[in-house]
Amino acid sequence: MSEDPNIIAFCCHYCAFTAADLAGTMRQQYPVNVRIVRLPCTGRAEINMVLQAFVDGADGVLVAGCEPGSCHFIQGNLRAVKRVGQTKKLLIEAGIDPERVEMRHIAASQGPLFAQVSREFTEKIRQLNEEKRMAPTVAVAQGETT
Amino acid sequence: MIVAERKPFDEIFANAGKHHKVLLLGCGTCVTVCMAGGQKETGVLASQLRLASREKGVDLEVTEHTITRQCDAEFFDDTTSRLVEESDAVISMGCGVGVQFCSDRYPNKTVYPALNTEFFGATLEQGVWTERCAGCGQCIVDKFGGICPVARCSKSLLNGPCGGSADGRCEINPDVDCAWQKIYDHMETLGRVDELEEIQPLKDWSHNRDGGPRTVRKEDVRL
Repeated sequence: MSEDPNIIAFCCHYCAFTAADLAGTMRQQYPVNVRIVRLPCTGRAEINMVLQAFVDGADGVLVAGCEPGSCHFIQGNLRAVKRVGQTKKLLIEAGIDPERVEMRHIAASQGPLFAQVSREFTEKIRQLNEEKRMAPTVAVAQGETT
Repeated sequence: MIVAERKPFDEIFANAGKHHKVLLLGCGTCVTVCMAGGQKETGVLASQLRLASREKGVDLEVTEHTITRQCDAEFFDDTTSRLVEESDAVISMGCGVGVQFCSDRYPNKTVYPALNTEFFGATLEQGVWTERCAGCGQCIVDKFGGICPVARCSKSLLNGPCGGSADGRCEINPDVDCAWQKIYDHMETLGRVDELEEIQPLKDWSHNRDGGPRTVRKEDVRL
């Protein structure tokens, strides 16, 4: 049994964070390793906030915002979609699997969906960690790059 | 402003990987505005380098620091100098001017460029910049309705347009406006289109780079 992966979930105050709260109220179970960072809007999620989470030891980062068309700040969630896309490209350059970051849309009323997404994402990251652990290690000599 | 773009990550990482401790030095002026080498972009590249070095097993420590301008000595303060001295090499996120200025200032350190400097340009919209000036040393835009044929005509024609202008676009690329179409349109708006019948003489290119690197001296303000 592999260790629980560290998951950081950047959640919008107006939707996914409320959904997470609702999931608890509804006694929905979701993995305890999902650490929620509440944001005023996913439009606040800077690219480097996500990268920094990985630098600081996260195995996966979930950005959870409102459904398209229902952002409290009009289009912060759509900006987040673009930034997550760009973050994936930057992760590829750094040799990190882009599947480790994901953007999801979860409305405030969807507590069960938040719990489901948390479970699925945790399982996906656990699988990626397992694959990485099994993969042969490639040592790179200083002064060379792959 | 000077517009630049970040170099491919592999090129930057290859240079960084030659050392154990590098300083990533951002610049707070032009390259901040064009979102290529400011504090935010410095943070992003620093994170990428840290992740890549961990992932690839390279012993690399990255320090990040951003100063107001890399093309003026006064902004290289004590903190910056200390950080440079503590590092094996510097990766400058300034334009080509900043990289060279930094290199001159710290002759015992290798300074690598993290950006490709592109042109003198303007912001068309957030995230889009376009060339507006070629730095030719003798501005003549007044004769062309405020539109520079040197920088914006693909052939730098002073007596245009050429035969490649079609539907207001340049023959080199349908996404590029024909500068001469814009010149005619704007001169018409200004009621000065008849001035375009005047044949422009050969431009004096001696003010350009033909005489080598240029220097401007303003004696009344020199110390």
